[in-house]
Parts: sequence; C-alpha cells; structure tokens
Amino acid sequence: MATKTGIEVSIALSEAVRLANADVVAAYPITPQTHIVEHLAELVADGELDAAYIPVESEHSAMSACLGSAAAGARTFTATAGQGLELMHEVLYVASSMRLPIVMAVANRALSAPLSVWGDHSDVMAVRDTGWIQIFTENGQEVVDNVLCAFRIAEDRRVLLPVMIHLDGFHLSHMIEPITFPEQNKVDQFLPPNDYPLPLDPNRPVTMGDFGPPFIYSETKWAQEVNLKAAKEVVLQVWNEFGDAFGRHYSPVEGYRYEGCRVLLLTMGSFSETAMTAIDKMRSEGKDVGLMRLRLWRPFPFDEIRHTVKDAEVLIVLDRALSFGGPGGPVCSEIKAALYQVDKKPKIVSFVGGLGGRDISVAGFEDIVNRGIEISETGSSREFEIFGVRE
Amino acid sequence: MAKPEAELTWKDLEIGCIVTEPGNARQYRTGDWRSQRPTYDFNKCIKCGQCYIYCPEGCIRQNTEEYFEADMYYCKGCGICARECPKDVITMVEEAE
Repeated sequence: MATKTGIEVSIALSEAVRLANADVVAAYPITPQTHIVEHLAELVADGELDAAYIPVESEHSAMSACLGSAAAGARTFTATAGQGLELMHEVLYVASSMRLPIVMAVANRALSAPLSVWGDHSDVMAVRDTGWIQIFTENGQEVVDNVLCAFRIAEDRRVLLPVMIHLDGFHLSHMIEPITFPEQNKVDQFLPPNDYPLPLDPNRPVTMGDFGPPFIYSETKWAQEVNLKAAKEVVLQVWNEFGDAFGRHYSPVEGYRYEGCRVLLLTMGSFSETAMTAIDKMRSEGKDVGLMRLRLWRPFPFDEIRHTVKDAEVLIVLDRALSFGGPGGPVCSEIKAALYQVDKKPKIVSFVGGLGGRDISVAGFEDIVNRGIEISETGSSREFEIFGVRE
Repeated sequence: MAKPEAELTWKDLEIGCIVTEPGNARQYRTGDWRSQRPTYDFNKCIKCGQCYIYCPEGCIRQNTEEYFEADMYYCKGCGICARECPKDVITMVEEAE
C-alpha cells in the first residue's frame, strides 16, 4: 500500500529521487533548495540511495558534472535556485543541445539585487530559452509525482532532453504537507532503467559537444526545436500512464471551475492554490470567473491555451517576474503571442506581482480579478499592472 | 559523413550532433582561412625541423626529398614557421584572390 506521510516538500522531493534510483547527484547548496540536496547527501551517505554524490564548488560545476554523468548514461539529478540557476546558465544550453536527460529541481527564487532568498519566477524566466522541458508544480504531491515523470520523459528515446521541475521557494519547498509515496515496485515498473543510446564508451568512441561550423549549426538548432516540440506528445503520454498507474492526472494547462466563464485568471505554481480559494469565494458571490493554471512552460502548450480560453472575454495573467523595460510579464507576453492570430480572443490584462516572496492573499487575488475586469473595460495607459506596490 | 556537407539536413544528424566517426576532424579544411602562404627556398634548408616543431596547426611534414613543408589543406598561414626558421628558407606571400 502506498502510504501518506506528513513531510517537508524538499525532503519528499529527495525521497522521490531515491525512488527513481538516481545514479549521480551533483549539486551545490543554495537557499531555498538546500534541504533537497542535504537530504540527498544523507540518503547517499546512509546507503539508502546507491548513487555517487559529487559535492562541487559551484553551480556551474554542478551542471558541468551532470553533463559528464548523463553522457556516461547515468541517471542524473541536481537541484538549484535563483542565483545558482543563473550561474549554471551557459551550461544549461549545453545539456539540452547535447540531448542529455538530466533532471533538475528548481526551488524558484528571486534574483539579486537587493539580495532576496525568497520566491518568485525571475530565475525560471531567465532560463526560458535554454531548451529544457519545464514543468511548474503547485503542491508537494505534484512535486513528487513530477520528479518521477521527469526521469521518464527525459530518458525516453523520443525525447532525450533535460527537464526542470519548478517549485516555489519557501511557499512550496519548505511546507510540510501530507504526501502519498508510490510503492517502489510500482515506480520500478513505471520508470525502467536509463538506457542512453550513445553513451561515452571506450569501446565505441564518440565525440559530444563538438565544433559546429556554419555549414551545420542551423541544422543542429532546427533539430533541437523539432525535438523539443515533439516532446510534448511524450509528456502527455507519460502523464497519462502515470495517471493510470497512480491515480493522479496532469496536463499542460489545467482549468479550475473555468468552463464557460467570461473572465479567466491565469497563474503558475503554488500561488494557484490561493487563487482557487479566491475563485471559490467569487463564484459563491455570483461572479463569472474561473482559473487556468499553466503547468507545462516548455514546450509551450499553444493548442491547450487556445482551447482553454476559447469562450472567455477577459483573460487576466499574473506573472511573478518582470521583463524590465519590456512588456511586463514574460508569461503574459507569450499568451498574447499565442492568441494574436486567433480571431475570437479575450482581452488580455497583464499583472506582475508576488515578487521576492511577497504573498498574494485570497483578497489580493480578488483585487487582481476586479481590477483586471475594470481595465478590460476602460483600458490602461500601462503595458502591465504591478500588483501591491506602494506608489 | 556519407553525404557532402552542403546536402546534410537536420535529419541526418545523430542526437545532439554527436560525432560517431573517429578522426573526422581531418576533413575540416582550415586552409580556407589563409591570407598568406609559406613559400620555400629549399637550397638554404638544413632540415632542422624547427618549423615542424613550432607549427601550431601540426600540418608540416617531410616531403619526398625530406624537406619540411606545410600541407596547404590545413595551413592557416600564420607565418610562425617563417619567423622561426634559422636559415630564412620560408617567405610568406599574399594569397592571390
């Protein structure tokens, strides 16, 4: 029997990596990811996870060590947050371009300066174009489930790409939640051993990450684009199989009381749960408003987004990151781009809020929705609204 | 690579552009980069091999008469051999257009 345990989400995440039987963990501790890698180090030291733990001197080295490990065919995990993700930046492109199935948890954190260890999505958005599959999670159960799915997706021969699992720093990483752990034998059935097709092998030498002159570079990038877009089918298949095996279902865009609604709010990550409570309250007051949550950030789910908003007249998007000097929220920009060519589309209102760990309460989400509806009717001289800033 | 460079499509690439054919870097014509080429007055040459040692491209070999000479398929025209030659055997000249 699968058992339900009250456990900190970071520790639960590490237990999922143990269930996945990772071979190599290379990581550098950084708040709010620290508990994840500390617990993994304990699991390895105590012999509960038969893996090599590589204590590196920086996140750049962590991701570099992961490249070598994945290239050798080992099941490879790392985790980071905020500045650590940025220090990895250039190596992230190498991981996806070399088609290495690394799984990384990111405990989403704001970027300096001023120094902030607290959560937002600035770190995610800065690595948007690195070619990784990226999945947002809302609660601890989703984190555990999606870590297991991430290895399956990454290592699938049709994919062979690295996967980031995003969980909000502190708001999710440090919560104690009731979590159901799948049984080991069922995980083993769901997640077969990693079998990388062209591993580093002295008996069959290959060169990885080689020189790509102008005559071939464009072809390599197009191959990568085709591959990442095609990965969506595998993501869907893996989530379906996971749902069949374990009873919990996931999809690229998930609606909550949204069908037929005139007004929709779009959120990502753990704040979606507060938003759901706000939606419940507003619905009980007779307001025509629903919620959609973006789970799959890359590859971007164009069709699912267009389908979910097809009946809406107003779409209010909350970003937890700011594109300075630009259109405001990065997610809203992409939603607008996805809907631009669609004939019947909602008016879109962009909000940025919840930066650097600032909470958005139920009343806050009500304010966002009410203000969003107002702007959809009156218009605004601003490209986007900043929520909760003292002006 | 079975196909000529100009005919390779993205579908011909291994995953991640992994190279599975050992030593195929030798196909890469670095001689295209050259703006000057070494010329030789072998009458002065003492076959000391200094040029062979200093060549950063590793493209100098002994010819059939055992004089040291650069392979123009790879020579980038850097001129280090001409500068290091103790007998002034080598003169760099502009490549014609």
